[in-house]
Amino acid sequence: MIFVLLETANQRLTEPSLETLTAARDLALKLGDATEALLIGSGVRALAPTLKGLQSVSVVEDTRLTGYVPEAFAKIAAEAIQKKRPNTVLAPGTEVGNDWLARVAVRLDLGLAAGCTGFSVENGALKSVTRTNWGGSLLEEIEILSNPKLLTLQPHAVSAQPLTGGEPTVETVTVTLDERDFRVRMKELVRKEKKGLSLTEAKVVVGGGRGLGNAEAFKLLEELAGLLNNAAVGATRVATSNNWRPHSDQIGQTGTQIAPDLYIAVGISGAIQHMVGCKNSKKILAVNKDSEAPIFQRADYGVIGDLHQILPALIAEIKKLKGA
Amino acid sequence: MKVLVCIKRVPDTGGGFRLTPDSKRVDTTNLGFAISPHEECAVEEAIRIIEKHGGSSTVLTLGPTAAQEQLREALAKGVSSAILLETEDYESWDAGAVAQAIAETVRSMGFDLLLFGNESADACNYQVGLRVAHLLDLPCVSGIKALEIQERRAIAKRDSPEGWEVYELSLPAVFTVKEGINVPRHPSLRGIMSAKKIPIEQKKPIRRDPQMARELLKKPQEGRQLEILGQGVEAVAKVATKLRELGAI
Ligand SMILES: Cc1cc2nc3c(=O)[nH]c(=O)nc-3n(C[C@H](O)[C@H](O)[C@H](O)COP(=O)(O)OP(=O)(O)OC[C@H]3O[C@@H](n4cnc5c(N)ncnc54)[C@H](O)[C@@H]3O)c2cc1C
Repeated sequence: MIFVLLETANQRLTEPSLETLTAARDLALKLGDATEALLIGSGVRALAPTLKGLQSVSVVEDTRLTGYVPEAFAKIAAEAIQKKRPNTVLAPGTEVGNDWLARVAVRLDLGLAAGCTGFSVENGALKSVTRTNWGGSLLEEIEILSNPKLLTLQPHAVSAQPLTGGEPTVETVTVTLDERDFRVRMKELVRKEKKGLSLTEAKVVVGGGRGLGNAEAFKLLEELAGLLNNAAVGATRVATSNNWRPHSDQIGQTGTQIAPDLYIAVGISGAIQHMVGCKNSKKILAVNKDSEAPIFQRADYGVIGDLHQILPALIAEIKKLKGA
Repeated sequence: MKVLVCIKRVPDTGGGFRLTPDSKRVDTTNLGFAISPHEECAVEEAIRIIEKHGGSSTVLTLGPTAAQEQLREALAKGVSSAILLETEDYESWDAGAVAQAIAETVRSMGFDLLLFGNESADACNYQVGLRVAHLLDLPCVSGIKALEIQERRAIAKRDSPEGWEVYELSLPAVFTVKEGINVPRHPSLRGIMSAKKIPIEQKKPIRRDPQMARELLKKPQEGRQLEILGQGVEAVAKVATKLRELGAI
């Protein structure tokens, strides 16, 4: 049996949870196996019957379990796994899912493959998985030697399909939780003031790198972004570690992963750790003075030249176009 | 305060990866090495906490002899002492094995605060810190981007799309840190000189049976066809047309 740990937000399944269910069902089909799932939270019970095609859904309803409570969730999942003895356990490879399954893995002393993008089935058994290394700029095929096999699914690795089939049996699980299971829990949520379009919302992102030379030069990028539809400014790690831009502007492996319609990379060499953060852009336009820069191997459009001359000229050109 | 910070040595791959002929590992010939980025921030956080609250900090890594370079870098920045769990075969250690070796090493050392990176740059396992916490029966919050120590409590914040999630744990506690929590300092020349005199404690860890076995590494497909729009300012008219075509203007 394949057992899925589901992540919810506001009594709904998150997109990565739906992707994980899709991947689990797909794997179950290949293995000729059943799929079951675990739902924990407050007011999540109503979701269980909607998980069509699953054999059974275990539900833990508890008002204390609103939001993610790490140790309690790990204890419940570990106990369910011991009782149900699945051969594979799948969770979304999100911040919650990776944290959750890591805690389960150590409790049960099992290996865990985080960030999986594919499965290889041989002779009716899961032989190995493909998982992300280096934030996805490299892939690793790995065998999980311990049983059950624990894995988290990299977000966007599969697209969520509607669930079809019969309604699952709903099992109510009761658990005993003590103070210890609540020693890690969110105390409060401090909402952030929203300043303009975020990098993940923007349709166009203008990114700047070392080629800009200083914080001041980013004003050129701000001006360009201001002239484009739904645009925001991003940066490389060189720009953030020099304090030219805040870290929240960083695009890449250890920054934000963006997927705009257009990414304009200015004065950026195209290092893999940067590109892994913008590879889902529909189009990439690069401005770089070095025609040999790796960014040109990873872009759709290229302009070769000095950004300090090109940007002001481009800004003037766009103003002219818009004025006309 | 006694602070432990655990780091990983990773190759500084810039423009692309080269794999060894057997595709088992990244070919690191001619590559430099660095402290993995999240851990670099964990090192900075450890130093700042000690600067503010007093006490001592220890940096630890499990890795080859050459990882002394990364330990020295942390010492040069201001960490007080270093431990190397030395194994040349470090690539065959899975996250569970690394966590067990670290937990056994530090169990009786009385740290108040244990810092890790949220995930290492290369393996991206997202689990060593969480595993160590459980093995030591300590509370842990992963992926934090702010940390403040007040008396015997730690207030940590996670950055989520909804806002800042605030957690409060009593010490001792474990945190895994994300880049962005601070901007790491560069070591001073004086720091580099005095770090050379600090002895690194070396231990040979015993690897327990692996639970994971790598078969190979491979590169994901990239497929973009480059069109050069032009050189220098002459290109701007064409760029503007393209931007309009793409709906950006
Ligand atoms: C584990 C790890 C994680 C990392 N995570 C990230 C990450 O999340 N995000 C990230 O961005 N980086 C990350 N990096 C760093 C990454 O490897 C590169 O060092 C970084 O992206 C380079 O930034 P850059 O392109 O701004 O600088 P450089 O590589 O120095 O490139 C500058 C470019 O600007 C061009 N240029 C200079 N002057 C001009 C001019 N006047 N006009 C036009 N072009 C000009 C140059 O030709 C050059 O190509 C990470 C590294 C590691 C090891």
